[in-house]
Amino acid sequence: MTRTAPAPTRRPASTRGGPVRQGPGHRRAAWAAWGFLVPITAYLLAFYAYPMYRNLELSLRHYTVRSFVQGDAPFTGFANYLKVLTDATFVPALWHTVVFTVVSLAFQFTLGLGLALFFARHFPLSATLRALFLVPWLLPLIVSASTWAWMLNSDSGVINAALGAIGAGPVNWLTSPDWSLWSVTIANIWIGVPFNLVVLYSGLQAISPAVYEAAALDGATGWQRFRHVTLPLLRPVSAITLLLGLVYTLKVFDIIWIMTKGGPSGSSTTLSTWSYRLGFGNLVPAFGPGAAVGNILIAIALAFGLLYIRLQRRQDPS
Amino acid sequence: MSASTTAGSPRRTLGAGLALLAAGCLAACSATPTPQAADTPADTPAGGGTYTVWDPYPQYDKTSDWVKLLDTCGTQAGVTIERTGHDTSDLTNKALLAAQQGNPPDVLVVDNPVVSTLAEAGVLTTTAENKLDTSAISPNLIAAGQSGGNTYGVPIGANTLALYYNKAVLDQAGVDIATVKDWATLTAALEKVKAAGKKGITFSAIGTEEGSFQFLPWFWGSGAQLTKLDSAEGVSAVTLWTDWLKKGLAPNSVINNTQTTSWQEFAGGDYAFAENGTWQLANAKETGFEYGIIPVPARDGGTAAAPTGGEFVSIPVQQDTARYATSQKLVTCLTSTDNSLTTVTALSYIAPTEQVQTRQSTDNPELAVWVEAVKAAKGRTGDDLGTKYPKISEPLWGAVQAALSGAKDPQQAMTDAQTAAASATQ
Repeated sequence: MTRTAPAPTRRPASTRGGPVRQGPGHRRAAWAAWGFLVPITAYLLAFYAYPMYRNLELSLRHYTVRSFVQGDAPFTGFANYLKVLTDATFVPALWHTVVFTVVSLAFQFTLGLGLALFFARHFPLSATLRALFLVPWLLPLIVSASTWAWMLNSDSGVINAALGAIGAGPVNWLTSPDWSLWSVTIANIWIGVPFNLVVLYSGLQAISPAVYEAAALDGATGWQRFRHVTLPLLRPVSAITLLLGLVYTLKVFDIIWIMTKGGPSGSSTTLSTWSYRLGFGNLVPAFGPGAAVGNILIAIALAFGLLYIRLQRRQDPS
Repeated sequence: MSASTTAGSPRRTLGAGLALLAAGCLAACSATPTPQAADTPADTPAGGGTYTVWDPYPQYDKTSDWVKLLDTCGTQAGVTIERTGHDTSDLTNKALLAAQQGNPPDVLVVDNPVVSTLAEAGVLTTTAENKLDTSAISPNLIAAGQSGGNTYGVPIGANTLALYYNKAVLDQAGVDIATVKDWATLTAALEKVKAAGKKGITFSAIGTEEGSFQFLPWFWGSGAQLTKLDSAEGVSAVTLWTDWLKKGLAPNSVINNTQTTSWQEFAGGDYAFAENGTWQLANAKETGFEYGIIPVPARDGGTAAAPTGGEFVSIPVQQDTARYATSQKLVTCLTSTDNSLTTVTALSYIAPTEQVQTRQSTDNPELAVWVEAVKAAKGRTGDDLGTKYPKISEPLWGAVQAALSGAKDPQQAMTDAQTAAASATQ
């Protein structure tokens, strides 16, 4: 999209000065072009720009339930942001979000890449097995999260039963402040592996076998082929997989909410569950601070999106 | 993106303007008050029309007694009822949004601790405006709907918490339920049960309002007040629960239990006690074991005040005030002394009036213990707390979670909670 920017300068100088005589047919075509643009523009404005604007407005006003209904909330600038940033929950929530995202991405990507390489070999039943790996992705999140919560239950969960069978003591997966964040991270990794598998697998398919043959002729070992052929050629796909994974993981809310509600005692609260708790998880909603946390989350995702575009441009200077 | 079109900037502005207009209309249209079909003459209160009812009972469908009752009341008032069941946790925000957009339901059935919040928001009419008669309602039940000298609805029914026990498990452990009179005897009974190889007690200490609801009988039973969470009494209640977990008398899973999952643990048949509500009575009959019910004991004996549960029927503020007359008929139909028995039976609640409560316990002696519990119960937003309650409740459930999970010791947890509550309710 940014590559079209220099286009106008390449135009003949004559089209740039003053009005150019254009036939009525040309004008009608231009109107038609705008006509085609209107639906998508209206859609984007109504369903993306307006909600974003409302969310921003919500975060800049002091809403009480009364002023929410009457619509006369006073403008308070960045007071909600200040309140959120100085809240005792903020730093732990930010830290949990970072740990949750980084650990999830690292494992999802490594496992996904490993499985993609494995399935790239084509062996009997490989297609069936690959399809089975997609199951976590296809299940509704409420199903997978509830199932994980059952399995990790301290007293009746199958995981503690298995630990007991091999002689290890039970772990309070969801109810101990030391474990709850890891438990939800494990569940999230399981859910995210198929996405990485699918995208990286198709990335592998796109690498020409001739490159591998050439490498083999040059005497490259399996590891060298992976290190010097597969990884560099997979880089564009890897980058987009990681970016999408990052955006998905930053906003993960349902798994954590269903499994721990962000608890116990805030030990698995991330920015997204905190935002929900502020806005909806209490008898009296705090819309302003809730919207502020949501906007901080959007800003973080946006920052990484821009970073991605920048890296992409540097890699690909065409 | 669009940098290649340099000459077309006026047209671009026009196109964007059109689109803005469309979006603006979307926003504005949804914000215009839309009284339901009020412009049709057939809609005047006398001549019928459609009246909307929102309730937090999504589990009841068209074939249920509750929905049939609503339809009957509608027919009597000469109107059609359009009923929507919402999830109880969504209903507050839905009601606030609807009020903001100017299209609230005609009748709103809403959880009692939320009434003061909605009243504060100016969403609900007072009984002075809507002419509802609340004179027969027990004072401890109507309290949750009163603030600033006004009453904002009628309790449709009440429920509360008590202790269910499993007779077989207690017999096996050699516990006589008559000896369970206070916290010390209850803990002793739990220890005997554990020694006999069974499990003690299960409850719900989840990090939501449900957790506070379950903790309150113990908190109030210690003599503590919600205005001072870190009193010695309050800390003793948290310590009671924490010690049960430490000694293995209650499972660690209570930290994440909802009241439903806690009930499932009890229904498994291994637990001696479960703290749960009136609404589980029907399920208790299906467990296949003999059960009994005792009130939650206070620390030094006697019955602890449990929080009242159950909903209020209220009439939201409408632009067209002529609608109140019919809405009032509908609410009266649901809550009048004559019809109340049908309503509370349909919802498996205890009636909010003494007269119907007496009839309930004579018709069904099993309900007697619940009637007593409801009489001793206390509204969460009572004691003049009103909209302050939610701001105290959140730190409270947080403190319980922190103590049970070992993140903080009980004293520290309650001190921190009091600090948080004090700054939130300033």
